[in-house]
Amino acid sequence: MKPRSKRLMLIGGGVALLVAAVALVLSAFQQNLVFFHTPSEVAEGKAPVGKTFRVGGMVEDGSIRREPDGLTVSFAITDTAKVIPVSYRGTLPDLFKEGKGAVVQGKLEADGTFRASEVLAKHDENYMPPEAAHAVEQASKAAATLSQ
Amino acid sequence: MIPELGHFALVLALVLALVQAVVPMIGANRNRFALMAVGRPAAQGQFFFILVSYVCLTWAFIQSDFSVQLAASNSHSATPLMYKITGVWGNHEGSLLLWAMSLSLWTVAVTVFSRHLPEAFVARVLGVLGWVSAGFLSFLLVTSNPFDRLLPGAGEGRDLNPLLQDPGMIIHPPLLYMGYVGFSVAFAFAIAALLSGRMDAAWARWSRPWTTVAWVFLTVGIAVGSGWAYYELGWGGWWFWDPVENASFMPWLLGTALMHSLAVTEKRGAFRSWTVLLAISAFSMSLLGTFIVRSGVITSVHAFATDPKRGLFILALLVIVIGVSLLLYAWRAPRLGGGGSFSFVSRETALLGNNVLLSVASASVLLGTMYPLFLDALGMGKISVGPPYFEAVFIPLMTPVVVLMMFGPFLRWKDDDLLAAVRKVVPAFIASVAIGVGTAFALDHVTWRTVLGLALAAWVVLASIQLLAGRFTERAGAAMGARLRSITAAWWGMWLAHLGVGVFIIGVTLVGSLNANLDVKMQDGQRAELAGYTFTFRGVQDANGPNYDAARATIDVSRGERTIATLKPEKRLYLAQGMPMTEAAIDIGPFRDVYVSLGEQVSDGTWIVSIYYKPFISWVWLGCLLMALGGVFAVADRRYRRLAAREAAVATNQRLA
Repeated sequence: MKPRSKRLMLIGGGVALLVAAVALVLSAFQQNLVFFHTPSEVAEGKAPVGKTFRVGGMVEDGSIRREPDGLTVSFAITDTAKVIPVSYRGTLPDLFKEGKGAVVQGKLEADGTFRASEVLAKHDENYMPPEAAHAVEQASKAAATLSQ
Repeated sequence: MIPELGHFALVLALVLALVQAVVPMIGANRNRFALMAVGRPAAQGQFFFILVSYVCLTWAFIQSDFSVQLAASNSHSATPLMYKITGVWGNHEGSLLLWAMSLSLWTVAVTVFSRHLPEAFVARVLGVLGWVSAGFLSFLLVTSNPFDRLLPGAGEGRDLNPLLQDPGMIIHPPLLYMGYVGFSVAFAFAIAALLSGRMDAAWARWSRPWTTVAWVFLTVGIAVGSGWAYYELGWGGWWFWDPVENASFMPWLLGTALMHSLAVTEKRGAFRSWTVLLAISAFSMSLLGTFIVRSGVITSVHAFATDPKRGLFILALLVIVIGVSLLLYAWRAPRLGGGGSFSFVSRETALLGNNVLLSVASASVLLGTMYPLFLDALGMGKISVGPPYFEAVFIPLMTPVVVLMMFGPFLRWKDDDLLAAVRKVVPAFIASVAIGVGTAFALDHVTWRTVLGLALAAWVVLASIQLLAGRFTERAGAAMGARLRSITAAWWGMWLAHLGVGVFIIGVTLVGSLNANLDVKMQDGQRAELAGYTFTFRGVQDANGPNYDAARATIDVSRGERTIATLKPEKRLYLAQGMPMTEAAIDIGPFRDVYVSLGEQVSDGTWIVSIYYKPFISWVWLGCLLMALGGVFAVADRRYRRLAAREAAVATNQRLA
């Protein structure tokens, strides 16, 4: 083989490898994005049913209830405007408390309950998960527009 | 008084950093030895003053001087001494000071171990490091002064985040920073090469040990961080694809590519421009990591700052460093020349393939980490990219990397016969597939992931054995000892590190496939079963510590009739911040961990207990340590010292002439 065609082969092989790898990355990326919705958006039916997404807000006061098995927990997430019932089986984070911010990831059931596979709470007493803060902020903005 | 002293020392360090940045550079350009010689003392003086500053800050923590804002927010008079000392870097300002100190330490190391290099080259390297240091020190002084006073002083401190009050956190940040920042040396070498236009095998040989040492630190640092997450976060995960972890993983991937690319540049003179680009990218990723972690754009246990001014400053620093180096690269790289040619079937090609794949892997982590931040910054909605994305990307990207990693060493440099090389590895390859499938069936866990993981691990181990055997039989007839001695430390390093990848894959595959967990409500005397182990709950006692109250459960673990361990997981409440913490208890074994953590108290005497069975999890970290050990062997190779001595003689002659 001539050096010239050898080099072309090498470059061609490299580019093909690169293109394949990039295609793989982008398609995996597309398939695995998790979107975020505020409780108001979920209540308005803007969130998909049966697809994983995140909801953030405050854990409503007095809403945490344990099922008789002691492991399944149900609570409600609110952005102060709308309330979404959540059910979760597993250990809750240490800083999960009523009246504090939390983000849940999971799927919306047909009956309107959010079945969480993951519950995220804050890392220390000052910090509010940004998604939770965002949801509350959106809801209060919406309320302000309505009252005008 | 002492905090002011520390502040003043920091200002002096900045002045010296600027001197180090400017004077030797001018000297190198005008070929004035007197100016070049300023670099070394300036760098050493800078280190001295940063050290003074650091000691002053530590003093404020140890003395519980709560008139210093930082100590008041991150320490407490009842905090154990060890955590007062480590609390210094458990926050934004202190950890940046640690960053600057590690950079300065690396620079001093360069001044000490560069006697054999040409003066002008060393002057340029020190100049580049001086600029980086000046950037970070002014960032500290302008936006994040660690010595800010609190007037009037606080009566009591707010204590260090309890998550960070852990032995793992004592060593994790320094190791990680030594790794991160260590790539600055490879970066400075690359920029100096671009500036001088000198870029040859000798340059690659000088860069190699520095890159490898930084990589070793980073590897161990990441492994320790992962171990910390495993036992401290209380649910037995060891890697979360959290932005902060990704921030350290991206430079690691590029650093790995850089080490291998440097090897080709040294041995064959090829890949010069690519190597320089990798050195720039690896350090840029370290800076980006610092930005991600420190700017507050993400919120996690590591993100202490949410001051936009700081984020902007680091972003500006990032843009300047990356922008200037890429401009310089675009201007100078074409002059570097191509280097040795090689054919399609050669070791170079295998290394190039892995370099491309590792870079794509790093870019995919970058995409998954930064894209959500971008969307959010542009106000286009909030999304998150979780572990499923990274797993979907990494398995197909890393599989060819691992296959090539073990095939490459069988290929000769420059040119080889593909059929002959393939024929050498076919038996090992077929055996690996058979082992993968067979073991998966034997474990009764046949999924494609398990089969693939086990087959890859078998491939690494078998090919390693074959390589070693080949190395032994090469000199048939020689005595055993002579044959052993003929293998260089660098070769052992390569062999060990690659074997480490195999061990790592075994750990990841088996813990991923066979782990089991159970959340169960327990009261005194109650039993639970998991993976053949019986867990008996023996009640909960109070166990209060110096700065926390705790409930400590006692759980007996037995297998059949035999009691294996008594585990005592705790639920702690750290008093200063009112923060609860789960302290897991683990029975560590070579082939499995049994992991217990205490959940909530449901009613009096009844607790939720999480039990995990984690087969082969230690192999994950053992694999990382083997890789790091391989790096240590590679650096210890004798030829570096031999060549250094020869070059030192040449350099001295040049100076005298």
